[in-house]
Amino acid sequence: MSEQTTRTGQTTHTDVVEAGEQMAEVALTVNGVPRRVEVPVRRTLSDALRVDLGLTGTHVGCEHGVCGACTVLLDGEPVRSCLMLAATADGHEVTTVEGLTEEDGSLGPVQQAFVDCHGLQCGFCTPGFLTTITAFIEDNPDPTEEEAREAIGGNLCRCTGYHNIVASVLRAAELARGENGEAEATDQADGAAADDEAQAAGKNGKDVPREAADGERQVAR
Amino acid sequence: MTIMEERQAEIGRPRPRKEDARLITGRSRYTDNITLPGMLHLAMVRSPLARARITGIDTSAAASAPGVVQVLTGADLAAEQGSMPNAWPITPEQKTPPHPAVAVDTVNFAGEIVAVVIARSAAAARDASELIDVDYEDLPVVTDLATAARDEEVIHPDLGTNRSATWVFDSAQAGTGGDVEEALANSEVVIERTFTQQRLIPAFMEPRSTVVDPTGEQITMWSATQIPHVLRVMLALTLGVPESKLRVIAPDVGGGFGGKLQVTPEEVITLLAARRVGKPCKYTETRSETMMGAHHGRDQLQTLRLGANRDGTVTGLDVRLLADMGAYLGLITSGIPILGAFMYNGIYKFSAYRFECTNVFTNKVWTDAYRGAGRPEATFAIERMMDELATELGMDPIEVRRKNWIAHEEFPFTTVASLEYDSGNYEAATDKALELFDYEGLRAEQRRRRESGDPVQLGIGVSTFTEMCGLAPSRVLGALDYGAGGWEYAQVRVLPTGNVEVVTGVSPHGQGHVTAWSQIVADRLGVPFENVEVLYGDTQVAQRGMDTYGSRSLAVGGMAVVAATDKVVEKAKQVAAHMLEAATEDIEFSGGQFSVRGTDQGVSFNDVALATFAAHDLPDGFEPSLDSDATFDPENFSFPHGTHLAAMEVDTETGQVRVHKYVCVDDVGHVINPLIVDGQVHGGLAQGIAQALFEEAIYDESGTLLTGSFTEYLVPSAPDLPEFTVDRTYTPATTNVLGVKGVGEAGTIASTPAIVNGILDAIRHLGVEDVPMPCSPSRVWNAIQQARTSGQQAPEPEVAP
Repeated sequence: MSEQTTRTGQTTHTDVVEAGEQMAEVALTVNGVPRRVEVPVRRTLSDALRVDLGLTGTHVGCEHGVCGACTVLLDGEPVRSCLMLAATADGHEVTTVEGLTEEDGSLGPVQQAFVDCHGLQCGFCTPGFLTTITAFIEDNPDPTEEEAREAIGGNLCRCTGYHNIVASVLRAAELARGENGEAEATDQADGAAADDEAQAAGKNGKDVPREAADGERQVAR
Repeated sequence: MTIMEERQAEIGRPRPRKEDARLITGRSRYTDNITLPGMLHLAMVRSPLARARITGIDTSAAASAPGVVQVLTGADLAAEQGSMPNAWPITPEQKTPPHPAVAVDTVNFAGEIVAVVIARSAAAARDASELIDVDYEDLPVVTDLATAARDEEVIHPDLGTNRSATWVFDSAQAGTGGDVEEALANSEVVIERTFTQQRLIPAFMEPRSTVVDPTGEQITMWSATQIPHVLRVMLALTLGVPESKLRVIAPDVGGGFGGKLQVTPEEVITLLAARRVGKPCKYTETRSETMMGAHHGRDQLQTLRLGANRDGTVTGLDVRLLADMGAYLGLITSGIPILGAFMYNGIYKFSAYRFECTNVFTNKVWTDAYRGAGRPEATFAIERMMDELATELGMDPIEVRRKNWIAHEEFPFTTVASLEYDSGNYEAATDKALELFDYEGLRAEQRRRRESGDPVQLGIGVSTFTEMCGLAPSRVLGALDYGAGGWEYAQVRVLPTGNVEVVTGVSPHGQGHVTAWSQIVADRLGVPFENVEVLYGDTQVAQRGMDTYGSRSLAVGGMAVVAATDKVVEKAKQVAAHMLEAATEDIEFSGGQFSVRGTDQGVSFNDVALATFAAHDLPDGFEPSLDSDATFDPENFSFPHGTHLAAMEVDTETGQVRVHKYVCVDDVGHVINPLIVDGQVHGGLAQGIAQALFEEAIYDESGTLLTGSFTEYLVPSAPDLPEFTVDRTYTPATTNVLGVKGVGEAGTIASTPAIVNGILDAIRHLGVEDVPMPCSPSRVWNAIQQARTSGQQAPEPEVAP
């Protein structure tokens, strides 16, 4: 696990706590780094990560456990950090999106797959997908497309229509298995992209003449 | 114009996005991530009632609660909060109710803000908000659109009516076609249908959040918005703060889909609160606040009459709309249905057309832009009507469309709705879609299942659509009484090392503009893709802009970038000529090299950049800078189109619906980055399919939103959606040199009618004539049962369907 969290962790913004709040001391390991925080007992794990530990990579999309954006790994298993109290994480290991990179700082297989397959657009739901898929391909290193689709059924994305996220799951599994074949981004997405390359090779960057309006000649295929 | 011949062109390459690296490693900067020293937090108290008079607010317990700094009510802010802006009065007589950010006397929808708590932590603010006691006197609630239009109960008594405005387009008056009544009277067939465009919730994944820092010379606002520039000018106009004293930043923004194309009460309140207490303030909403307090989309009642001859030729179309505004008029609430007015004729040659829309107030949160904004409603209606016509005439739905669409050799074509379509090839897109879909094979399968009485029936849905994109030519917006222009701005800055900074006035929130703009600039200037940095989303960085919506960013904003790079090249040629001791006219520029025509003498772009920076030896009178900016105002809209085909399975015993196959062939003109374009189509399809099958914002009679969380409002997850077959044809736009048309809304606009047409095609032989959206299993099942019990077996058509 990466040590990136240490740097971020030092900038911890401890929230203002009013007198009368019952507090809990929580010791947990976050992305391989032992951390100790004192938080109100009602503090959710997602708020503790974001506010008390400064790890803002974990996002809260619905705070009622449906959207999955806040998913982190607790001892390797995906949990909704918005539905879990920070105090419950005492003594456990938590992995957030910040901890998915390799030792040398390079992208982890799931992260790399999302880049290869254009698996994200606005990026808000993405951390929850990355953690969910990390756990999934550990359990199922060679999933079918249907299993991949089912595996992300607990996470909502409003941008991608899931098409490229399903492709990312398959690609991530491939990378994790050590099959570092060509990142066939165009294949992963679909056929239209490959065609555009042909189109691009033909008339890239050139001005479109007025007569290009004649559709039949301009239709590439 | 410069053309890159030798180096590999960037435009058209499926470049992985530059944006991704930080978003997938947790280095994102969404508004809620921002923490400032001494920052305070806001919580809103929202009305649980849909319409009531506020008779008293007791804030004393909240004001003395731990950590509370101040409590504000509408009365406290009445003198300074103004009225939330509406930028699109569609008629001079439009009735616009006052819309205070915090309600003062009355509330008009459940979720309207009545008080604000400012506290030292978000938890303290939320705790204290529950101690505020508001006394309400109930007023009669009107949630039903048609009921509201009858004015039996007037929501804003000072306006005297619930009808905000009526807007009419008549082709006979516009000189673009004949008289509709005359056309319908002379038609062999007239089909009349009523469709409900249910209310939808944009449901962007990042809840809205605003941080305002009042310390320093300017007031700085970070907000989860699509429109930092529009927001800045509107805040200035609404609150009387000098525009120059406001800086608005849209940092990372987690989706918008039109839902963040708004100037919100929450933004106004956070600014006013920060200004009062003199400290930074943050407000981040909960998901249920998003659902009830952020604007919704659609919500129209459509009544259509379509006339045709028995050979399938459409003779005229009459459209009457009631559009639900909700309780107030947001930024462009009133104009959304009007955007649809130009699209009801779709890709067809109608000879007469009339459109009339009445905007009506109800006690629900206001509607406004949601992906497509007026155009999905129009496309749904006409594509459903074309299928109805096919059924009526016993024709194949593709044939009916062929009979009426604009042939590719007829472009440019002025439509009955007065738009000039510059290019398109509906035949090519349709032929390709039919082939990929195996249309004949699926029709055969449909016949087989029908003959064998298979409980799971198959239907084929067709949707051939176009849309107006690239919003918008400023003079057109002026003619429509919109309060601003539609131009876009860009600046290209050449750094001493030859790196290039591109400032763009659009405001991306997932669309990949950083990558696409880098590809464009790399080609135009012959610099490496990696050497281009794209800056945006901050009014002190991108000092001008009209932001991102309406599939405009590339067709308008991308063109501004092109224009700015052209100016850079023109300047650089002068420097290169001076360096090469040649005439400027003899300098050619290609692949990042300036050369003297007919010689092997040349200097690189980097050499020119450095020489300009040093400024030691420049042409006489040459201003020592290559930096250039440009503002591009499109001369016309762009018109992407496409053919979408859906094979729908309907289990006639349970009403369960499944997308068996989905094929779309879109023509969006030239493609800068096919990965990004495919992604836009996929996401658009998901939202359009969701309208057809899953989503609906439901209010009960008392005006309570019943779908106030993701457990009730069904945003589809991965297993709910099919694999998509996405392909393209290419007829470049002729109104911009990139040949691009826009793609952001295409999938959403086209897919909804394809899905519903497919469902009906599967069960029409059972006597089902319509299933209202969303076509849930219970609705489909009920429709089948009703058709069976009424015993009205529809006659078997001679030709499928």
